[in-house]
Amino acid sequence: MRGRVPRIGHSCILPGAAMFNYNFRWNQALNSLPQMLEGALVTMEIAILSMAIGIAVAILLTLFRLSGNRLLGAISATWVEIARNTPALFQIYMVHFGLGGFGVHLSPYLSLLIGIAFNNAGYLAENFRGALKAIPETQTRAARSLGMSPLQAFKNVVMPQMLRISFLPMTNQMVWAILMTSLGAVVAMNTDLYGVTSELNARTFRTFELFALAAVIFYVITKVITLSAGLLAARLFRY
Amino acid sequence: MFDTSLTANDLIFLAQGAGMTLVVTAISVFFGTILGIVFGVFRYQVGPWWAAPLTFVLDIFRSIPLLIQLVLANAFVTTVLGIRISGFAVACGVLSLYTAAYCAEIVRGGIEAVPQTLRRAARSLGMTWGQDMTSIVMPLATRVALPSWIGLALGVMKDSALVYIVQVVELLKSTQILITRLQEPLFLLMICGLFYFLISFPIARFGGYLEKRWSND
Amino acid sequence: MIEIENVRKSFGPLEVLKGINLTVAKGEVLTVIGGSGSGKSTLLTCINGLEPIDSGRILVDGVEVHAKSTDLNKLRQKIGIVFQQWNAFPHLTVLENVMLAQVKVLKRSKQQAEAEAAKQLNHVGLGDKLSVYPSRLSGGQQQRMAIARALAMSPDYMLFDEVTSALDPQLVGEVLDTLRMLASEGMTMICVTHEMKFAREVSDRVAFFHKGVMAEIAPPEELFGAPKDPELQKFLSATH
Ligand SMILES: Nc1ncnc2c1ncn2[C@@H]1O[C@H](COP(=O)(O)OP(=O)(O)OP(=O)(O)O)[C@@H](O)[C@H]1O
Ligand SMILES: [Mg+2]
Repeated sequence: MRGRVPRIGHSCILPGAAMFNYNFRWNQALNSLPQMLEGALVTMEIAILSMAIGIAVAILLTLFRLSGNRLLGAISATWVEIARNTPALFQIYMVHFGLGGFGVHLSPYLSLLIGIAFNNAGYLAENFRGALKAIPETQTRAARSLGMSPLQAFKNVVMPQMLRISFLPMTNQMVWAILMTSLGAVVAMNTDLYGVTSELNARTFRTFELFALAAVIFYVITKVITLSAGLLAARLFRY
Repeated sequence: MFDTSLTANDLIFLAQGAGMTLVVTAISVFFGTILGIVFGVFRYQVGPWWAAPLTFVLDIFRSIPLLIQLVLANAFVTTVLGIRISGFAVACGVLSLYTAAYCAEIVRGGIEAVPQTLRRAARSLGMTWGQDMTSIVMPLATRVALPSWIGLALGVMKDSALVYIVQVVELLKSTQILITRLQEPLFLLMICGLFYFLISFPIARFGGYLEKRWSND
Repeated sequence: MIEIENVRKSFGPLEVLKGINLTVAKGEVLTVIGGSGSGKSTLLTCINGLEPIDSGRILVDGVEVHAKSTDLNKLRQKIGIVFQQWNAFPHLTVLENVMLAQVKVLKRSKQQAEAEAAKQLNHVGLGDKLSVYPSRLSGGQQQRMAIARALAMSPDYMLFDEVTSALDPQLVGEVLDTLRMLASEGMTMICVTHEMKFAREVSDRVAFFHKGVMAEIAPPEELFGAPKDPELQKFLSATH
């Protein structure tokens, strides 16, 4: 390889793509594109599911905190602090191998999904808490004065406003969720975008090309999410 | 659960991992912050149009997984450029840029939070750009930026767990190595998690306290 | 009928209501006047159970508000309240604001609730604002919306807590007109107000609160014409 002049049409589709002594072989990486895109679908699936679970749990944790019950409050606080103060990688690892210590053995897919959902829920619950501070007490009072129960007041009056205030943080968390799927590597997850890419890499050793392509796909996904979140917000929040 | 076969040597091994985590974090946060301040001030100073290329590049660091950034950088330096370089150097380099990308945002936000009127007042008193920057903008912007910066530094510490991918044995990796050997995942993971938690939690609390105190006046 | 018997209420060391006795009959319009901090708002929020009381009791149609066995959510359907601070639900349109509790609390169907909401909003003069978000309303319009929202629950009693005091002067009139209209329709009302002219016109009786005590209560001609309580005399001369 060393010193060889790249021949156009050999394996190199970009003229002049040789840098130093390295022959870029984008062809090979591009041939793997369909597989990688399938992986990207899995990545998005995990991110979306983990967000759905994360939001639901975060709302529950927020209710725990509001309930005034000390035990529920402590559960909520513990969850939030662990999620925020340990690495996401650790959390996924814990779900997979830590639960294994209790005899609960989850598939890589489930471990990754639950790990990310755990992280999402903690960060989102903290966001929700901040958002709640911005909603005046009088809103709940008004709702209660109309005969709504505390839960009805929360669900119909407070929560929609809370979700609106938290929309940008939720979008950021969704991007994080996408990025976190790559951490499936530690639990031998091999069907998501990162997993597929590293399996291809193990076979072809075109590390740079393959991961550069994966990076581009990740980039596009995150941009699509940010843009569509903006559009969604415009439609959703007209007040 | 706690009658463990963990030896003193193993504990030293874990401590070394923890040390590595802290060293990588410290180096990356140090250089990342310097770079971030430079980028942030630049972005603010030249305006959104001229800063667009820089903004674009920095955004890439926040839009693709850190794991991939590390793999790519490692592959680029070692196989494409053919330079022999340690994984540690790659890890610090990538994490520094990664930190800088976030830090630049924080810095710009901090500067933008300083009221224009205040700066105009400073300049009208005959202060130079540099004086205005150091005696008016910096102190005020720091108040806004410091809590976020603390959050960033802690984030980098947690994200440094990913540098195992370039063969740096930091805390989580050393835990993993011990798990493979001792087969006591739960106990070892708890030690590891506790370490992160004990560093992150108090500092995060302190950051929250600063934020609350400074936003009240 | 609302019966208030020897009600006491403290916030920490501060005693805000010092043994209030008061009965409001069906169809009566009672206005409450008094200085700031005299406990007027607190009394209203105690009547519909938003605040607990320390001793005494409050009966609404014979039901004790603060008894443990009382279903407050149910009781509150009978008692509409409109607060001093505007509290439209910002994420809902005007129509939805008025529909929400009807659907969730009274379990009315969407169509029923919508019809009722439209009716009440027309009643308070907001018939052309149904699909607007509250942020687009003036303060006076927001208060009228809040009145319609309470009325849509078909309450037997309405409590108004200085509903005009956060409004610009030119908007006060439209809200007071709405209250006058309700009074003339025979609604049982307790209005806390600083508008003396209004109190004189619409009230059957006026109560004067001073430092947690109901210092005087009388029909308006009497209370305004020949005030007996020295504090009331001071209060009236200060406000005229
Ligand atoms: N939730 C609360 N906690 C503590 N103190 C309170 C609370 N609500 C009211 N107070 C105090 O109770 C006293 C009476 O308050 P209230 O709101 O009933 O007065 P008010 O007669 O309505 O006055 P205003 O005309 O200013 O509305 C005030 O001194 C007030 O500071
Ligand atoms: Mg009041």
